[in-house]
Amino acid sequence: MVKNNEILTADGSVKVINQKKKNILTPEIGDQISTSIITLILATFILLIIIYPLWFIIISSFSSGKAVASGAVFFLPVEPTLDGYKAVFDHHLLLISFRNSVMYMVVGTTINIFMTVITAYPLSRKDLIGRSKITLFFAFTVWFSGGMVPTFLLYRSLGMINTFWVMVIPGAVVMARMVVTRTYFQHSIPEELLEASKLDGCSDIGYLVKIALPLAKPILAVITLHYAVGHWNEFFTALLYIQDPSKYPLQLVLRDILFNAQTSIGGDAGSLSLDDMAMLENQQQILKYSVIVVSALPMMIIYPFVQKYFVRGIMSGSVKG
Amino acid sequence: METATQKKPVVSKPKKAKKIKLTKEQKRKQRKKMAGMWQLYFLLLLPIIYFIVFNYIPMYGAQIAFKDYLTIEGIWGSPWVGLKHFQRFIDSGMMWTLVKNTLSISLYALFMGLPFPVILALLFRYIPLKKYGKFIQSVTYAPHFISTVVMAGIIVEALNPRGGMIDTIVGLFGGDWETNLMGIPEAFSSVYVWSGIWQNMGFGAILYCAVLAGVDTTYHEAAMVDGATLAQRVWHIDIPFLVPQIVLSLILGMGNVLNVGFEKALLLQNTLNQSKSEMISTYVYKMGIAAALPDLSYTTAIGLFKSVIAFVLVVVVNKIARKYGEMSIW
Repeated sequence: MVKNNEILTADGSVKVINQKKKNILTPEIGDQISTSIITLILATFILLIIIYPLWFIIISSFSSGKAVASGAVFFLPVEPTLDGYKAVFDHHLLLISFRNSVMYMVVGTTINIFMTVITAYPLSRKDLIGRSKITLFFAFTVWFSGGMVPTFLLYRSLGMINTFWVMVIPGAVVMARMVVTRTYFQHSIPEELLEASKLDGCSDIGYLVKIALPLAKPILAVITLHYAVGHWNEFFTALLYIQDPSKYPLQLVLRDILFNAQTSIGGDAGSLSLDDMAMLENQQQILKYSVIVVSALPMMIIYPFVQKYFVRGIMSGSVKG
Repeated sequence: METATQKKPVVSKPKKAKKIKLTKEQKRKQRKKMAGMWQLYFLLLLPIIYFIVFNYIPMYGAQIAFKDYLTIEGIWGSPWVGLKHFQRFIDSGMMWTLVKNTLSISLYALFMGLPFPVILALLFRYIPLKKYGKFIQSVTYAPHFISTVVMAGIIVEALNPRGGMIDTIVGLFGGDWETNLMGIPEAFSSVYVWSGIWQNMGFGAILYCAVLAGVDTTYHEAAMVDGATLAQRVWHIDIPFLVPQIVLSLILGMGNVLNVGFEKALLLQNTLNQSKSEMISTYVYKMGIAAALPDLSYTTAIGLFKSVIAFVLVVVVNKIARKYGEMSIW
């Protein structure tokens, strides 16, 4: 199907240069029309499967709890209300944790980028003596780890438990991203540049800062995005090491709302009438849907703009130069 | 066996150059060269210290698996007890449950998750309305970026028998969804795996899209001249090109079977489904860190047991992958 007038775009799809040949329903192939229809139907089906659960959450978050519980909400909000969102913003920890998460993400990603670059650049240099041994030193940590408990003991003895630093320092270099960056330095920046700048008396660090880094912007954008999303979505580190609610990241508060709310109702069930209980439960339900929407919102707003960079990231990781 | 290996030309990697002992003169030269690029080593200094502290010291600390860890005595001072904790783990009967749960969920996820990205990639490749295809493609990536916590929340809400998504859909057709799948141990692995497929199939398709885009167009042109239908071309041209990537994904996935994403399992776990949802890592977390009286040595032993097997698996699998094709983890 790919004709000579079609080119491959960065994300692996096919782009037609010549508009005339855009129609792939070439007349000489008889079964083309039926297969095209089947393809379209199947693709639409998949689209619905992906979109409907997300849509369901959005419409439920705007509907009344009673309507959701009775199963009346399936295409548009029923008895529209903003109660769920009011409850979300009334939650005493949500805004604090939102701010915390932004802080963790910004500082953490900065550390990530710095550490990844200073690891990746020297290892990208073929003339580095001991290169393979040093690479093995880093790579080994991917294959073998001391485990959860010894790591916990280490952080405890370093006094990092319940501090800001425990959220931004661990995992400073993600090996896959380091390898991608290293490969980029090695293959996408012409070697002649290094030789030329060496002749002009440029040091290695000078070359990295003044020449290699500006040229590596595309890959830096990709790994920045991946690191940032990683920090934003991180919850287990916080679960392990953060006990002080004022330091909670957003994901931990979300977990409390999504998973522990039910138990708190169950606790004082005795003092409530059945009707009250049902109403409270419905309220909790809406709160959950609203909180899912609110937490996914920043991601969904940024997503269309950065989507292609993510795709590029997975591509550069898989295609080795 | 022997003839089979002889017949099949194995892509052998170039033999490593034999190590030659360096003479004194050469060593001196090398040292001089190293001094010339001291800045590179200077850059590496911080990462190396970082990795020693945050990765290698915990490995050293894992020795408490062979000791009775006492906080006052520290890692080094605690008394050695040999394989006591490993013995206890095996005797407790917990081992088989945990290994079985971990393996069944991760193998289920690995094999079930394999065909969907491939089908998606083929769909995107042959969809007639390209703009529409692009749109669907972008939409299918989106769930990949939902955090584990939110994803688990979505799953629990969707399965809620009181007005959850499944209940609502069943209700539209006049039925009533009464069972809560989250409370059924046998359903746990399916919930875990299918939600994972929903979340990641779009993103997983990217790799196969790239493979399909790389297929030489002349194959398709020749087949079209010969009157091959689309289905025939997919089966006889595209699939053979995809197979190496599929096998590679499978091989590499096998190396990670023990490292299944346990955060999602931890979140989805409840007292009702625990018998099937308890995995090695969730157990270590609960007994070693979340417990009121954490059993540090015992859980370290369990963690080490997992790490060692995972390590062996990764090494073996990487060897196979190297043999199999041009790619390996590195």
